[in-house]
Amino acid sequence: MSAIVLLVVGLGAMALGYFVYSKFIAEKIYQLDPDFKTPAHEFEDGVDYVPTNRFVLWGHHFTSVAGAAPIVGPAIAVIWGWAPAFLWVVFGTIFFAGIHDFGAIWASVRNKAKSVGALTGDVVGKRARSIFMIVIFLVLLMVNAVFAVVIAGLMMNFSSAVVPVWGAILVALVIGQLIYRRILSLPVVSIIGVVALYALIGIGPSVPIQMPAEVGGMSGNAVWILILFGYAAIASLLPVWVLLQPRDYINGLQLFIGLIILYGALVLLNPTMVAPAFNSDVPAGTPSLIPLLFVTIACGAISGFHGLVSSGTTSKQLNKETDARFVGYFGAVGEGMLALAAILAATAGFATLGDWQAMYSAFGQGGVNAFVEGGAFIIHNGIGLPEATAATLLTVMAALFAGTTMDTGLRLQRYIFQEWGDIYNQQWMKKPAIATFLAVGSCLLLAFGAGGADGSGGLIIWPLFGTTNQLLAGLTLLVITVMLVRMKRPMWYTLAPLCFLLVMTILALLIQLRTFWNQGNMFLLVLDIVVLIAAIMVAMECASALKRSRAEMAMQKD
Amino acid sequence: MHDDPTSGSSSRRDKLRAWLDQARFFTEEVYSARYRGAIARAQRDEDDLFMLLVFSEMMGLQNPASYYTLELQPLLLERFHEWHQRMGMEHSPLDHFRCC
Repeated sequence: MSAIVLLVVGLGAMALGYFVYSKFIAEKIYQLDPDFKTPAHEFEDGVDYVPTNRFVLWGHHFTSVAGAAPIVGPAIAVIWGWAPAFLWVVFGTIFFAGIHDFGAIWASVRNKAKSVGALTGDVVGKRARSIFMIVIFLVLLMVNAVFAVVIAGLMMNFSSAVVPVWGAILVALVIGQLIYRRILSLPVVSIIGVVALYALIGIGPSVPIQMPAEVGGMSGNAVWILILFGYAAIASLLPVWVLLQPRDYINGLQLFIGLIILYGALVLLNPTMVAPAFNSDVPAGTPSLIPLLFVTIACGAISGFHGLVSSGTTSKQLNKETDARFVGYFGAVGEGMLALAAILAATAGFATLGDWQAMYSAFGQGGVNAFVEGGAFIIHNGIGLPEATAATLLTVMAALFAGTTMDTGLRLQRYIFQEWGDIYNQQWMKKPAIATFLAVGSCLLLAFGAGGADGSGGLIIWPLFGTTNQLLAGLTLLVITVMLVRMKRPMWYTLAPLCFLLVMTILALLIQLRTFWNQGNMFLLVLDIVVLIAAIMVAMECASALKRSRAEMAMQKD
Repeated sequence: MHDDPTSGSSSRRDKLRAWLDQARFFTEEVYSARYRGAIARAQRDEDDLFMLLVFSEMMGLQNPASYYTLELQPLLLERFHEWHQRMGMEHSPLDHFRCC
């Protein structure tokens, strides 16, 4: 089967989702009002509440939510064949992610731009809010640990990317200064930044830096993980304009250019899908497709992390309520497109089925490496870029994304520790350096605790990260559903995805529980139990909140 | 710069300039939108410290710079109310400063 057919079907379905389904939701369910005074106008302060052009806001929202996760998840999940991953990404984007992200913005805008966490407390109840805080902390913990493992793996496997990845940080530092000191105008700086980044990618293959397999009794992988956390800790303590702001900007540009190159090469080459549609010959030890598929691909189909962005910053900058559809739903479509590109690269970018099977020799293998190698194969044959350069380009893309998510995640985790310091009156915990140290420590514990001394097995927690992320999405959907019930509007458009997610999450946790027990991995077993308890509590909160709201509505009728 | 003889090319140049302005607006918005809040907060924190410097003498804190900052007081008066509220004081801490 030709990859272009799949591409056209996928993009066409998502376009239909945007033009038809999201329009229906906007008009009939959320009932957006162009005259509603959004919080950006009501509380305009030039700090948090600033009405922003919808295209700018979309770019900002999309680059905040698009990280390495929509690449890693689908690239792992194609082990069951391309069809399940493709279907879940397309239908997930249309009926789950779009509704969730769009709804989170809407719910927040209708409630003074409060975050989903605060909304859970107001709409559902105090108990639900406590669960929410625990789930957020777990998600951040796993995101940071997993992404450190992913980048470390990339650095070990693609030594040509080491110079460009770290060089990109240098480029960001320089352009940050150029902009801050107003030496050059932004369009000029953007061009310089992109040219510098691509020059680095170009020279990367000629100056490979390979970390030795063992350094002072530690594996090379573990050394990279330590270096990465050291970097992320420093980055999260620096003022944002020094590094994070210019780097996010360059990353955003790189994301669009990378996507255009990958999609362009796909269209020019029109490769055949090498991998089977349904893989009947999965490697031993691969868990069953249902329910694991639905937690392996979180970002790209539905992700709770988006709700945090939607209700945290995006809702405070929404100019008109009707913009929520474009920013939220189309943001999810953008992420779906990234996931689709990852699926195509990881299934069509191989010469033979044997090559593909060698890459996917066990569950958790392949993943982002398959994306890089498959994508490089497509770019090389499609537009003639040398394969090493193409691989470097994609590695840099994935590593920079994971890096950005990591230090944003670490910064958020630091805030949580500082907040705890505040709540429990521990002055020492409120200091940024100490809170950062605690955050890094807990992530390192997870990265090494899950994967052993070399940290290479840390990707085992990927599905666990997916389940926690889906729980978060479930809580956001619950808030939206309860709001809809109280407004006497149809609730099934949000309740059906919510129920589906909860069932799949709980099933996946139970299956993983048995796997961890069989492996004798007590650390992950305990973590799994914690998430499972949270999941069951979320399910019970759902039932009781909905029952309560419906009873209230019935009382009002009488 | 030479003036173009034909009006067609000058309108084209205007269009180009308008387009470049638009591009600059978008790139600058994209660059700043995401961190506007964080940076504005950092600046507000510094400004808050400055307020303390200016008004400290009035609240009984010895400040050698107060002689020089005295003339800034009327200028900062507008921000005084927001500042003391941010600092966790519901009402003005100063008896002779009734802003609320």
